Amino acid sequence: MKYSIFSLLRNSLNHHQGWQLAWRSPDPKPRYDVLIVGGGGHGLATAYYLAKECGIRSVAVLEKGWLGGGNTGRNTTIVRSNYLWDESAALYDHAVDLWHGLSQELNYNVMYSPRGLLHLAHSVHDMQEISRRGNSNHLNGIDAEFLDPRQVKEMVPFINLNCRYPVMGALLQRRGGTARHDAVAWGYARAADEMGVDIIQNCEVTGFRIDNGTVRGVETSRGFIGANKVGCVAAGHSSVLAGMAGLRLPLESFPLQALVSEPVKPVIDCVVMSNGVHAYISQSDKGELVIGASSDDYNSYTQRGGFNVIEDTIGAIVELYPIFSRMRILRQWGGVVDVTVDRSPLISRTSVRNLFFNCGWGTGGFKATPASGRVFAHSIAGEEMHSIAAPFSIDRFHSGALVDEGAAAAVAH
Amino acid sequence: MARYQQNRLPTGGRIDRGRRMSFTFDGEEMHGYAGDTLASALLANDVRMVGRSFKYHRPRGIFSAGAEEPNALVQLGEGAYSEPNMKATQVELYEGLKSESQNRWPNLRFDIASINSAASRLIPAGFYYKTFMWPASMWMTYEKWIRKSAGLGKAPTHADPDRYEHRYAHCDVLIVGAGPAGLAAALTAGRSGARVIVVDEQSEFGGTLLSHPAEIDEIPAMEWVGAVTAELRGLDNVTLLSRTTVIGYYDYNYLVALERVTDHLPPGTGGSLPRQRLWKIRATRVVLATGAIERGLVFADNDRPGVMQAGAVRSYINRYSVLPASNIVVFTNNDSAYRTAIDASANGSTVTVVDIRSSPRGELIDKAEQANIMVFRGSAVTAVQGRTRIRGVEIMRLNAAGHGVIRSSTTKVDCAIVATSGGWTPTIHLHSQAGSKLIYDESIAGYVPGDGVNINPHRSAGACNGSFDLGKCLQEGLRAGHAAASDAGHEGEMPIAPRASMEVEGPMRVLWTIPCKHPVGRGPKKHFHELQNDSTVGDIHLAVREGFSSVEHLKRYTTTGMATDQGKTSNLIALGVLSGLRREPVQSTGVTTFRPPYTPLTFGAVVGQNRRELFLQERKTAMHPWHDRNGAVYEDVGDWKRPRYFSTGQESMDRAVQRECLAVRNSIGMMDASTLGKIDIQGRDSAWLLDMMYTNAWSKLETGRCRYGLMLNEHGMVFDDGVTTRIGEHHYHMTTTTGGAARVLTWLEEWLQTEWPEKQVYCTSVTEQWAVAAINGPAARDLLSELTDMPLDAESFPFMSMREGRVAGVPARVFRISFSGELSYEINVPAHHGLYLWEQLVEHGARYDLCPYGTESMHVLRAEKGFIIVGQDTDGAVTPDDLGMDWIVSKKKQDFIGRRSLSRSDTARAGRKQLVGLLAEDPKQVLPEGAHIVAEVRDKPPMPMLGHVTSSYMSPNVGRSIALALLEDGRNRMGEQVSLKLMDGRVMRATVVDPVFYDKDGARARG
Amino acid sequence: MFLIDCPWCGVRDQQEFSCHGQAHIARPENPDQLSDDQWGDYVFFRDNPSGIHYERWVHSFGCRRWFNAVRDTSSDEFLGTYKPGEPPPVIAEKKGTGH
Repeated sequence: MKYSIFSLLRNSLNHHQGWQLAWRSPDPKPRYDVLIVGGGGHGLATAYYLAKECGIRSVAVLEKGWLGGGNTGRNTTIVRSNYLWDESAALYDHAVDLWHGLSQELNYNVMYSPRGLLHLAHSVHDMQEISRRGNSNHLNGIDAEFLDPRQVKEMVPFINLNCRYPVMGALLQRRGGTARHDAVAWGYARAADEMGVDIIQNCEVTGFRIDNGTVRGVETSRGFIGANKVGCVAAGHSSVLAGMAGLRLPLESFPLQALVSEPVKPVIDCVVMSNGVHAYISQSDKGELVIGASSDDYNSYTQRGGFNVIEDTIGAIVELYPIFSRMRILRQWGGVVDVTVDRSPLISRTSVRNLFFNCGWGTGGFKATPASGRVFAHSIAGEEMHSIAAPFSIDRFHSGALVDEGAAAAVAH
Repeated sequence: MARYQQNRLPTGGRIDRGRRMSFTFDGEEMHGYAGDTLASALLANDVRMVGRSFKYHRPRGIFSAGAEEPNALVQLGEGAYSEPNMKATQVELYEGLKSESQNRWPNLRFDIASINSAASRLIPAGFYYKTFMWPASMWMTYEKWIRKSAGLGKAPTHADPDRYEHRYAHCDVLIVGAGPAGLAAALTAGRSGARVIVVDEQSEFGGTLLSHPAEIDEIPAMEWVGAVTAELRGLDNVTLLSRTTVIGYYDYNYLVALERVTDHLPPGTGGSLPRQRLWKIRATRVVLATGAIERGLVFADNDRPGVMQAGAVRSYINRYSVLPASNIVVFTNNDSAYRTAIDASANGSTVTVVDIRSSPRGELIDKAEQANIMVFRGSAVTAVQGRTRIRGVEIMRLNAAGHGVIRSSTTKVDCAIVATSGGWTPTIHLHSQAGSKLIYDESIAGYVPGDGVNINPHRSAGACNGSFDLGKCLQEGLRAGHAAASDAGHEGEMPIAPRASMEVEGPMRVLWTIPCKHPVGRGPKKHFHELQNDSTVGDIHLAVREGFSSVEHLKRYTTTGMATDQGKTSNLIALGVLSGLRREPVQSTGVTTFRPPYTPLTFGAVVGQNRRELFLQERKTAMHPWHDRNGAVYEDVGDWKRPRYFSTGQESMDRAVQRECLAVRNSIGMMDASTLGKIDIQGRDSAWLLDMMYTNAWSKLETGRCRYGLMLNEHGMVFDDGVTTRIGEHHYHMTTTTGGAARVLTWLEEWLQTEWPEKQVYCTSVTEQWAVAAINGPAARDLLSELTDMPLDAESFPFMSMREGRVAGVPARVFRISFSGELSYEINVPAHHGLYLWEQLVEHGARYDLCPYGTESMHVLRAEKGFIIVGQDTDGAVTPDDLGMDWIVSKKKQDFIGRRSLSRSDTARAGRKQLVGLLAEDPKQVLPEGAHIVAEVRDKPPMPMLGHVTSSYMSPNVGRSIALALLEDGRNRMGEQVSLKLMDGRVMRATVVDPVFYDKDGARARG
Repeated sequence: MFLIDCPWCGVRDQQEFSCHGQAHIARPENPDQLSDDQWGDYVFFRDNPSGIHYERWVHSFGCRRWFNAVRDTSSDEFLGTYKPGEPPPVIAEKKGTGH
């Protein structure tokens, strides 16, 4: 059933009794052309594009819990593509291109709001960094503008420009913004289901069947499921999954925490990120301030994290926005982020034939969801990795061709 | 209507009638008493409607008497003290309190957005996922209106004038909750001698006993509370904290609590006390005695102002001496609500009980009937009359299964309050946060604590444990306190539990939804399980119909439990309804994770005193006072405040820098280099360590000589640089970049301690021990000679060497090294002599035209020489060879950190980005730092890029602009013309040149 | 917020410590003899199990000494800490399959 104001009207007449399941819950078939392990946004998007663009409809998505229950449903919903290196810019900007029109394509309102995203510069070094990145973005066809402090103040009137590290300027990406995280998973799931993809929740993969170096299928809590190809998109749990196939990945899984305040009437319209004091903030449509922190420094799968990180983050927020001191934290939570050394993802074949991994998105995977799914789908379906995905192969950790988004921003002088 | 506390009872309650207080709600002045909450005062004044709901903007009244309040949210205070979303049930009344209703415009009674309510049929759960998609370009407009109508109160508009503080505490036993169970636990734990902290969120101890009269050992329970509290107060090992809520249970028994120190006083009158205090408590053992929260029955239009928890009504009567109405309907599925009926009746209200159980029996029912309270058995409230104020209810008999109503049985009863009870839900938030399992207990229809995890040892007692009987609460409390103290090493005595009188209760009847004339979700009436977010049972049906039937999907799709009360009264009902729809036991349906904080936590309290000047404290050098007095304009480098330039009055930075740079090359300049990282390295294997950490060779460096080194990470990328000097046989002085100091020290120590523990090397940070004045320029030797008797001639004190002696009478290490390319001495003195040295140099330097300069000039001068700044000319992806510094990479050494990475296929590839100089076509034009060199100029992007400008300045000494860049295959492009395309469309042209622009052979520094 | 038993100082709050990743990774004796793949494995690839993890901590705001810990990453329970060079404690039950 197509979603629209008219179907809403029509269904309201019979008190919404007529709505159908957003996706079926079929029992797994014995075999599929492609199995996607992981029912988060990236995995569901992969299944969608496999069916939609690659002509592969014998696809199942296996999710050990509930759809979108991992980092898809735990992030701060930020979308942007103003990354430094050409390889990253191509990947994330492909995502922004897909974000435009995604609601219409999926017939599901994912609420992508290009409300503008600011990166604050708090030092001469930051100014050099945003200048380099902004110029590079511009030449890569990504929108970028430099703002002086006065213009920053116009966009965020209550900001404390003269904070501990005074705001010297900012890089603005107007196409940056937010989207509704749950809707992305649900929208892709519904659209994929409509094309025949089987979405199977509560189905945990417990092992891989591998013959002669080729994957044949997966063992699951619901029995063996055969497949020609398997794509793993399990975020924080990727290493554990890889271990089942005898593979090792250059990943570590860290806790990453976020929080929301109680909802208030609109007070901040854009997304503001600050590396200088380590905090980012936006306001959800519901009115909550959505605030992100940096990750804890130890490996963990507990989805918890330390209170000290919350203290540091809120300290930075109040320094930058003193009016928020009397706001209150409503809810804090944690996720498990799989982080590579160069802070770029892994989209890669493996030493097991027909077994693919898409992981390592670290703290920033949500924004890439559409592109990640699309290039991964084409990489699984085709003979070659998709050209946008190719630089993110696991080989880079042996050749040295890192796409080092972490180092460039982090080095201070 | 005049307000005169018409609902206040003549006597009783825990209010102080001697202290009358005035307050306003939506501008209307009213009165209450000390001891009131804003909610009890509003009820005393017969205010029924206090707010509008989040989505449908339906009129809402006070529902509860505590932290679970979903409806009565107000904007509290004015100006800088204004605060949104305060729960009126938790706001203690103070003189002059000002409050406003929220989420309505223009006012509470006439709220334009209540049109949402009329359109509610069109906007069920998740409607926004299905619409607002056409036309695509309109989303941002739709969203603007959605945002306006969402949100609740208004964010403050001023900086917070209040002060907050943090306290750290350690204890043997932390007891959360000072109701009967918690107090009993405190008694046994406290008497054992254990260090005990008792925390309770209310203004006074007693918990439910404050509201629900009972007897303990044949005295009124509050007298027992008083005696226990007095005994505890007399124990030195016990700390009592009221108005304090444990908001989070973190790992290893680390609990965070918020104490509202002066929130009960008028704003700004707390004196020296902070507004709130955040306690971080590490407890050996924890006793959770957090009580239970009553949930309502979910019947048609159960959100109307006047529908309240039965327990809350009882609390208003007994604790606050407010009888909310003279005719009350009590609607229940269990015995506990009969106590409300009995108390209301005793205080003069006409009471009718509607009980969904067909034959409730027991003491309480008998007592109610003896009080002439009419009891409708096997019946339900099926409709509520009145929109902003209840006028009456419709009652019908339920069919046997409870799924439908018998229409012929309809009765109408006038009432102004519906006091409802659907049972009590143990408050297990902290158990869940501690990682404990939760087990569904059918008999109370609620989750109770199950097994815990090793890292968070705790016990539970009382209602949070599912024990609602007072005697049992006391018994469990005593035991839990005793056991917790014993676990913590304090063996105490286990007393005989006090006797408590409480009527025995019969079984409840669980009906998650109360039917009405229409099928639930299909009629004009709504059944709200979640009040604030307007989530209805119909929404749960819809969610399940659409496949959102896992608990987490349900929560997210219907927003159940995501309101500011975090679902304290609604979550369990949603689970109950969901399990019914899924046709499985509640336990199998599962439960969503309880997230901290238990109640909302003020940002300011989280920050505490770490704000303003105490937020990431500034580091300043010994010479800083002089800089302050002499026009320094600062730059933040790491934590340090460094002078960027010294302005003489109106001078711009550019002009100041030109002046400073010329002075250095023509006479003498001086900069404060104290911030450079300094590491003292000693021990037999020091040279070996340097050989491993730096790319070049160190063993042959003579004592008293200095050498520049590049440090790589194990990826082979440049990570830090600096000059290291051999002080003695096994003694070196290493310098690092300002921002890299801590990182480098940690790096050295980690390798030493974990990889090479057998090596004898000791690294000590001495950054703050030395103050450094760097004098640069042709006159440097002359100036220094005035202040020291060290021989300074080039032979006795050559370039790249260090001498120890006295300068200006102060012991000093003088390093003849140069980052400017001039004759230069970096004079290190103990930090406490730094300012003196600096002032002496300024004084004696006057006749050489000594010019103090800052980091900006330092950058220009070093760029003239082609010296790199790590982090500016490198970006974590640059090798020594990329920098043209292959000469510093030893070919002889077998190994150093990062060496092997240099020969990897991509790292050793030809044509990588390399450091080059750039000369702009127009010598007056400074290429912007960060500008990119493009392979081909096109009208518009995309354009392939070849590299970018890393450093760029107007150089007065070269007499033109100069720049450094990282350029693909740069060293093979010498002399080539390249184009830079700027964002504004301009194209700049430049020539690729050698990166050394000035004094290429380095004669000036060696002179 | 962990409580961590520094083998040099005793039990202290987590905020005094930093975690530096997997323990017991010996730096190759002769890097030149390694292939790019072997070297890359040493530099970039780490165990990342959900379960028992041997890891390195430093008492940054304390004695500034490094030590090793065994921790269950699925519960964050520390099962032991020990000085560098000491053998890891024997952990009865191994769980988790990730490397």
